[in-house]
Amino acid sequence: MIPLVSAGVRVPLQTAETTTVGSPLLNITIFGLFVAITLVIVLRASRNNKTAADYYAAGRSFTGGQNGTAIAGDYLSAASFLGIVGAIAINGYDGFLYSIGFLVAWLVALLLVAELLRNTGKFTMADVLSFRLKQRPVRIAAAITTLAVCFFYLLAQMAGAGGLVSLLLGIDDRLGQSLVITVVGVLMIMYVLIGGMKGTTWVQIIKACLLIAGAFIMTVWVLVLHDFNLSTLLGAAIETSGNAAITSPGLQYGISATTRLDFLSLALALVLGTAALPHVLMRFYTVPTAKEARRSVVWAIWLIGAFYLFTLVLGYGASALIGSDRILAAPGGVNSAAPLLAYELGGSILLGLISAVAFATILAVVAGLTITAAASFAHDIYASVIRKGKVNPDGEVKVARRTVVVIGLLSILGGIGAQGQNVAFLVALAFAVAASANLPTILYSLFWRKFNTQGAVWSMYGGLGSAILLIALSPVVSGGEKSMIQGADFSVFPLSNPGIVSIPLAFFLGWLGTTLSKTAEDPMKQAEMEVRSLTGVGAEKATDH
Amino acid sequence: MGSHPGEPAAGSGPAVDFTEVQQTEQFRELRKRHRSFVFPMAVFFLLWYFAYVLLADYAHEFMATPVVGNINIGIVLGLLQFVSTFAITMWYVSYANRRLDPIAANLRHELEEAAPEAFIDPSGGKK
Repeated sequence: MIPLVSAGVRVPLQTAETTTVGSPLLNITIFGLFVAITLVIVLRASRNNKTAADYYAAGRSFTGGQNGTAIAGDYLSAASFLGIVGAIAINGYDGFLYSIGFLVAWLVALLLVAELLRNTGKFTMADVLSFRLKQRPVRIAAAITTLAVCFFYLLAQMAGAGGLVSLLLGIDDRLGQSLVITVVGVLMIMYVLIGGMKGTTWVQIIKACLLIAGAFIMTVWVLVLHDFNLSTLLGAAIETSGNAAITSPGLQYGISATTRLDFLSLALALVLGTAALPHVLMRFYTVPTAKEARRSVVWAIWLIGAFYLFTLVLGYGASALIGSDRILAAPGGVNSAAPLLAYELGGSILLGLISAVAFATILAVVAGLTITAAASFAHDIYASVIRKGKVNPDGEVKVARRTVVVIGLLSILGGIGAQGQNVAFLVALAFAVAASANLPTILYSLFWRKFNTQGAVWSMYGGLGSAILLIALSPVVSGGEKSMIQGADFSVFPLSNPGIVSIPLAFFLGWLGTTLSKTAEDPMKQAEMEVRSLTGVGAEKATDH
Repeated sequence: MGSHPGEPAAGSGPAVDFTEVQQTEQFRELRKRHRSFVFPMAVFFLLWYFAYVLLADYAHEFMATPVVGNINIGIVLGLLQFVSTFAITMWYVSYANRRLDPIAANLRHELEEAAPEAFIDPSGGKK
């Protein structure tokens, strides 16, 4: 999920003229086939998109297994596939650390969030947070943090798409990449506009199956070449790289005290960010009951866990069979480890398949983010705050559809503008913002009886503001070799991830705001929320067709 | 929630007194069972995760200690994080199926029978 590319490995992208592997035409053909098939499915799925529950929550009619697969599809982005394989291939063990954080984070969702959220909400995260607090301020704050997280995440995916194309389709110039970003954006707008949550979910399910199957085939292939013995594989990786340190931690983050602290900060943001990502939370509304929400997470944990185990083998496999020199010299640098490995194993056909899957992945993730942002705007800001609930669901869906187009266009523009930017910066910001702005309020409102509106508002704005401010003052933005703004240095904050400061701060502000507030909340509402969250009484049911 | 027209009649003057339900023996038992499992478990896996992160971050030599062939303590501990995540997942599912779901279902049915009009799906379950 995090493109590790620029996080620690400093690689000149697009180094000189390099050997292009595979056939761009084949890659485009396979990808075109994916788009055609998914479009047909989206069209078929869209026939029942009438009510808001259909459009935002797919009529709550997916099973736990389907939704769990879609969650895996949402979560395993191209960056996570290409990025983690590449990071392990180059940095060895330190790449592995990411996947562990991403996986363990799901326990927060499973144990503390998924079921209770499904029982108390309707379409968005703000539904849950404003359940027993004052509607307007809490809903606005929750919608703003949702939009902020989605926006940074979207930018990262769109910018990543540009980088991916240069690697997979052999398009290197800026104009060509902008064109591809536009195509991705337009396709995504079509999916979400026509298919709503149902279409988006199917795209994610198909993509997750392809991605996991592709990774599985490659993993078995690599293992066959190494006698199904992890030790042999590690030995081969050590031999090719000539560096025994790749099997133990420290290559990337062990450089100095600051990088170590930075890793700690990142680990905190990863493990607490997942359960607060709005597009992940929204997926829990697509199933009929809390029990199915639980099943979704269980499916997601198995699929995501298996996938990250594959990336461990693939990363060391790329390290052993290709070697870091060749990977770094390829267009796309670190990101090219997985495609190069595919080419090494199965020639241009396997490369074409893997490339198409990686590209389809971006499309699916972007679609999921867009529908979340659109739902949050239409449901929380337009229907609840601007129209004060005096809007019929059809009108709300109409606004949501328009919002999809606006967000699509914004992300195309943003993606074009963000080309060549540090992609890791945007995704890490999304995780850190989610963990600081959303998680404290989600946990407090589910588990702390005395929690009140002031606490929620302080925690959300404090978390959002401090996370963004610290990033702005970090070496990612200025003062470093790879900073976004060159030639200036206002990096007062030494770490590139703000989590270690902003997350505890947001928890503290939630507590402080609550204790200092003089207005008590309605105890009836608190009781209702608690009873509903645990029993599922009165929860939104599936719509049948 | 609650301020929307056509939502479950939860917002204004609910037919069910939830504060009363909250005080019932059955609900308190459900809440106790839920929290006495998820809180300690959350604390446990976070401690175990951060212990691992700190070791990986600050104890490189320890993590590099060989165990079998080229496999070292770091790889073993990393894989154990996967194992513990899968194990906690299965444990929670079995606990929830046995100890939480029956009470929750029971309470839900009692409430829905006591005040059916309060929990009718506004859309009638369809359009």
